[in-house]
Amino acid sequence: MSSNKNKPKVVLMQGNEAMARGALAAGLDFFAGYPITPSTEIAEICSIELPKINGKFIQMEDEIASISAIIGASLAGAKTMTATSGPGYSLMTEGIGFAKMTETPCVVVNVMRGGPSTGLPTKPSQSDIMQARWGNHGDAPAIALYPNSVSESYELSIRAMNLAEKYRTCVVLLSDEVLGHMREPIELPDLSQVKIVRRITPTKPPEWYQHYPDNPKYPMPKASFGEGYRFHVTGLSHDAKGFPTNRADETKVLMDRLRNKIAYHIDDIVQIENYQMEDAKIAIFAAGIASRAAKEAVVKARKKGIKVGLMRPLTIWPFPDAAVRKYLADKKAIIVPELNQGQLSLELKRVMGGIWNYEIRKTKKIKEIHRTDGLLITPDQILQSIMEVK
Amino acid sequence: MKKISQKSIHKYLRHDKKFPHVWCPGCSNGIVLGAVIRAIAELGLKKDNIAMVSGIGCSSRMPVYADFNTLHSLHGRAIAYATGVKMYKPEMDVVVITGDGDATAIGGNHFIHAARRNIDLTVILINNNIYGMTGGQYSPTTPYGDKATTTPYGNIDPTFDICQLAIGAGATFVARTSAYHAIEAQSFIKQAFEHKGFSLVEVISACPVIYGRLNKKGDAPTMMKQMKENVIPVKQYEKLSAEAKADKITKGILMHDTDKKEYTEAYSELINSLNKPEEESNE
Amino acid sequence: MSNKVFKKEIRLSGSGGQGLITAGIILARAAVLDKVRVTQTQSYGPESRGGASRADVIISNDEFYYPEAVNFDVLLSLTQEACDKYLVNLKDSGILIADTTNIKNIVHTDAKVYKLKFTEIAMDKLGTTLPTNILTLAFLVKITGVVSENSLKIAVRDSMKPQFIDLNSKAVKIGFKLASDEMNKQ
Repeated sequence: MSSNKNKPKVVLMQGNEAMARGALAAGLDFFAGYPITPSTEIAEICSIELPKINGKFIQMEDEIASISAIIGASLAGAKTMTATSGPGYSLMTEGIGFAKMTETPCVVVNVMRGGPSTGLPTKPSQSDIMQARWGNHGDAPAIALYPNSVSESYELSIRAMNLAEKYRTCVVLLSDEVLGHMREPIELPDLSQVKIVRRITPTKPPEWYQHYPDNPKYPMPKASFGEGYRFHVTGLSHDAKGFPTNRADETKVLMDRLRNKIAYHIDDIVQIENYQMEDAKIAIFAAGIASRAAKEAVVKARKKGIKVGLMRPLTIWPFPDAAVRKYLADKKAIIVPELNQGQLSLELKRVMGGIWNYEIRKTKKIKEIHRTDGLLITPDQILQSIMEVK
Repeated sequence: MKKISQKSIHKYLRHDKKFPHVWCPGCSNGIVLGAVIRAIAELGLKKDNIAMVSGIGCSSRMPVYADFNTLHSLHGRAIAYATGVKMYKPEMDVVVITGDGDATAIGGNHFIHAARRNIDLTVILINNNIYGMTGGQYSPTTPYGDKATTTPYGNIDPTFDICQLAIGAGATFVARTSAYHAIEAQSFIKQAFEHKGFSLVEVISACPVIYGRLNKKGDAPTMMKQMKENVIPVKQYEKLSAEAKADKITKGILMHDTDKKEYTEAYSELINSLNKPEEESNE
Repeated sequence: MSNKVFKKEIRLSGSGGQGLITAGIILARAAVLDKVRVTQTQSYGPESRGGASRADVIISNDEFYYPEAVNFDVLLSLTQEACDKYLVNLKDSGILIADTTNIKNIVHTDAKVYKLKFTEIAMDKLGTTLPTNILTLAFLVKITGVVSENSLKIAVRDSMKPQFIDLNSKAVKIGFKLASDEMNKQ
């Protein structure tokens, strides 16, 4: 290796590449995918890097096959990822539900582009935020992360891989066309310093092994195919050993665990960033690429003497209910800029009680800025809203 | 052929909580499960090293009864899941249990692409000409004119010849027989396991409770007899008149190609070519 | 580099296949070598050749957040369409660099305008129009000083396949020379 090993290396990197390299740093060793703009670079980089480290890359025949292959590989012991965009994500949703139901770790990247349908393949969007939560049929909570810079794409990719492993679930890593194709300097960490959640393998003898223990510790242990445990995996409702069941008591235990493993660990999963929030009278609530314009708007507004702050969720799902109540309750107005027709704002209104509670709506202004024409919301657009609500 | 006693099958079954099974009386699925297990026993494959993957449907319920690493996946997707398992652990024996609807309707794309790649999966396709689990809708192999709950006036859909489909897509071991010919099925399945590459064994089977009743095919023994009479060796079939051919289905090994490169082997070679020790040092 | 806070918004515009995104990446790499903050974004249509294409590079020694160029300090245009579309967002104090091989009309602007037939010059001096993007980028760097000339040279070398390094290094030299000539004229 190079002699200046301890010097942090700063390189110009694309957001998509950062997501691929972050996953590789977290131990990714299997990737299956299908080409789709604007996510394809992630697959391309994995196809280059994985065989070099004895990992596997395969381009499948469609997105359904891609999610299927990574779940299969994950059951065989791999750390897995696939990457796609809206139309492909729609095809993957049944498989995502299977991964959640069978508690099989995997990461699905969705580099959001304009929709619905084929929409605007080369333009950014944030319109799959609700799909990341509710995309699969059936009740199952979701974990979804959404960075707003290239270096954070790298960091959250590591985090997504780790959370998938720890909670044995499918984690959705959101990005968008601008973030995915944007290039910024990134300081690559010393790989030996990257915190990786390693797979805990069972210590019990096979006949006592439960693939789905009732009250698991996290990281949840997991056996893999070919290691002597010979467990059964099914998308049907199943018991502790994984065998299908129609029994109400066994089904309840399963469904409660799927919910509670996320609900009871919200503090571990949720990450937010507050910027200039302490003395702010007005708050902007924005995620991903929209938060970049929002932060710029905060700086501009502050220069005009207007006390504005930004609250940015890095974890979109589970939604940071408690943090929203804590930091946004006393604000005079909340501005929600997003590249969709009101998805984060809908969730915000749920938490603030605004949809039903007339009193709250009277005193609190939630100012929504929507944009679905393929262009970014600009700082000036947000600044204008600040002037309107101040 | 090594004699495998019927009793020895029990070593490969899961007895805790799994029986009685979900299959109807007279169903061929049990016969095929027996043939698969006897083939595995004959070859002495290790249970720990076998992954049995299925999709959705009657036949796809098989893995839960078998004491292997078992994966009951989504409708049509068994081959894609199995591809993930095999790619990651090429040393495992990966067998796919699927049906006519699962493999050639909803999963048709995965079926042809796995065949094209020639990835070393052993696909056992149990063809009962109907969607049994949902109560008898027509499948891509329901014969012309037959009744299903969704072809109340008779089926007008042409059918797939699944073996020819697999051969056209690049499968390197393709064989067909019927559940009546259980010993032959065992032999084909054994050869399919031994073959390095994508292998398909199509087993024509009987569904007396759903398909049989809808089409007045008679009871289970009658349908067995029909398989005995109608599923015939290729050579015998070729001698028949066009009219006599109409009801017949050919059986035998229809493709056996050992030249085509197996997929995971090709990928291993790619890995090795990249990881050759290089004579360079930056120090 | 002085300690004065600066922020330059640069837009490189033209049509797909002219290498503008490559030029944007190289400019951003040069900025990384200069140890300043930089974000490079792009916009393109579904086709990889033809259609409108642009690359934005924002370079600053201070924090900035919004990744796209809004009011340009520098606008480079290689096509009439791009020039017409983006000139309105060029600051009055900004600089327009227009390739008059393709651009015939430039509407009135208070910005400083450099008009050269870059594509023709590239064909003339290098026998190919391929490195027009790099030639023009070098011109831009010398005129505007948004990154150091040396960093640009290194970034070009680091970004090109070995067989294209020579050609593009020559293009850089020509671009620098053209810029010097222009500056001496004024």
